Amino acid sequence: MLKMTEIKKVFRTDLVETHALRDFNLHVDEGDFVAVTGPSGSGKTTFLNIAGLLETFEGGSYQLDGEDVSHLNDKQRSQMRNEKIGFIFQSFNLIPDLDLFDNVDVPLRYRGFNAPERRKRIEQSLDLVGLANRMKHLPSQLSGGQQQRVAIARALAGEPRFLLADEPTGNLDSKMANSVMSLLQDINDRGTTIVMVTHDQELARQAKRNIYVRDGKVSELHEVSELPDAVTA
Amino acid sequence: MFSYYLRLAFKSIRRNPILSALMVAAIALGIGSSMTTITVNYLMSANPIPEKSDVLYHVQVDSWDPHNAFNDDDIPNQLTWTEATNLMAANKAMRQTAMAKTGGIIEPSDQDVKPFEASARLAFGDFFSMFNVPFLFGSSWDAEADQNRSQVIVLTKRINEQVFGGVNSVGETLSMFGTNFRVVGVLDDWQPMPKFYDVNNGAFDESEEVFIPFFLKEELELPNWGNTNCWKSPEGEGFKAFLRSECINFQMWVELPTQNDKAEYLDFLNSYVSEQKDLGRFPRPIQNRLSNVMEWMEDQEVVADDAQIMLWLSLMFLLVCLLNTIGLLLAKFTGKAAEIGLRRAVGASKGDLFFQHLVETALIGLLGGVFGLLLALVGLEGIKSLYGEFVRDLAALDFTMVLVGLVLALVSSIAAGLYPTWRACNIAPASQLKSQ
Repeated sequence: MLKMTEIKKVFRTDLVETHALRDFNLHVDEGDFVAVTGPSGSGKTTFLNIAGLLETFEGGSYQLDGEDVSHLNDKQRSQMRNEKIGFIFQSFNLIPDLDLFDNVDVPLRYRGFNAPERRKRIEQSLDLVGLANRMKHLPSQLSGGQQQRVAIARALAGEPRFLLADEPTGNLDSKMANSVMSLLQDINDRGTTIVMVTHDQELARQAKRNIYVRDGKVSELHEVSELPDAVTA
Repeated sequence: MFSYYLRLAFKSIRRNPILSALMVAAIALGIGSSMTTITVNYLMSANPIPEKSDVLYHVQVDSWDPHNAFNDDDIPNQLTWTEATNLMAANKAMRQTAMAKTGGIIEPSDQDVKPFEASARLAFGDFFSMFNVPFLFGSSWDAEADQNRSQVIVLTKRINEQVFGGVNSVGETLSMFGTNFRVVGVLDDWQPMPKFYDVNNGAFDESEEVFIPFFLKEELELPNWGNTNCWKSPEGEGFKAFLRSECINFQMWVELPTQNDKAEYLDFLNSYVSEQKDLGRFPRPIQNRLSNVMEWMEDQEVVADDAQIMLWLSLMFLLVCLLNTIGLLLAKFTGKAAEIGLRRAVGASKGDLFFQHLVETALIGLLGGVFGLLLALVGLEGIKSLYGEFVRDLAALDFTMVLVGLVLALVSSIAAGLYPTWRACNIAPASQLKSQ
């Protein structure tokens, strides 16, 4: 599903070079649920951005769904993001002046679906996250947890095979975080591959696999079932 | 997707009403000022008789001073009485008319209407058919009346209303220049703009108020109205000596339907000048010219220099307004960085976002264009009050100008939006998604 081999990423300024990823290797199978943990600045988000085709890389190879992405142009990368990848962000990233219906509609517009197909998908997605009855509400009229559910609905509306979540519960209290995590597990159970970056060890334990990133490299890779209760990643 | 982008554009404008209003205002000011001057220039340079402008030719011959050209090496823009009458007598064109401007006092028979001064055009009967002059009552006088120097007159609608109360006055008698004229026709509304047939006497002046046969100039010894230029003194004293002098005060137009007709007429002019040279006149090299209506407008620089300078200044002002708009668009699109990042993440290509923001820019431009046209109306009213009655017909927006205004607003706003839009599309999505 996702195969990164010897990936390198360097951020350069006039004065300094920062090696965000060094020989980063990771293989995620279809249907997997991987939690990525690690200290701040370790390269977790850079990995996620490269995985989501939001950033390029300088060395190594990256295959997504069997396709080498290094030679894709902007339009092809956009199309692949739209069709195969769903994003969930810590800050939800909903568009404030669009109601829930229109927010979920955003990726579908770029997919080229007709209006009835879009409506069906939007209603199904919002129904899945329990917000079908609030379609005409604006994001500001929802709680943080509900906003994140809308973001999840938006990510799922295009039926991606691959969901990338960057600290999806980072802005939520524990009750809402558990609710969102439970939703992600349901989604994974339905067959969607999930890679989630988090600082929360407890949440990471709820994934199927944990990887620990340090200094731009995968330093540990575990099946969650192998971990002792108190230690995750 | 266009309707989707249009909906997003409306939402985006509502999201930042002050910033959007500033952009609309900047474009409106630029469009308003430039459309004011463009309209004046457009109307000044408009074709006053599009259906015939290619077959009507103004006649010029160089009868001027052997030592000094008439004007910067150019040939005289009017004819002498001798040339006007000789060329008319030759009768070489399909239609032809020599003409001049004069004027005098009209004395209405109705004692309640006071005598008043009116301008008059001396012309041949072909004048009316050549220039498609519309008649309300009656018609032109005929060639016989031209030759017989008949005291007939054609009135404008206004004079007919003033003297005869607007009724059909054909056959009535009108006293002018102390002489009785028989009314043969009354014109309907007619005001070519510019007044192409005689730009020497005010290209944007109103047409004359009455029309009488050309030879009455000599018969009634009518005064010259308008520009008269001389390069040597008349030989003798009195009206007739002045009339037959080398002074120029007459215009002449011919109607030549084909290029062959034009070439033949030019040959005729050259032969005529050669004959005159044999008689000791026309001391300068042969330089005869036939200019069609638009060539004549251009030759005579009907569009005034100050109007063109104003046009360029207003276009510079539009440029300044657009530079301000660029700054405001940069600020607006920078404020949308998070949304742009999100749209990139969920599958929008740079091209999609470029088109989306171009639609938004175009909508702002269109709104600016609409308000700009309203400002142009105000500007044109200002020009009317500044320059008075003679620009009344120049200071008006027609459908073409409204269309030009909207297209100018659209094109200039899109041009202004290219850089901000390009910048917006190149925002790194990853940085925006994390930082929100």
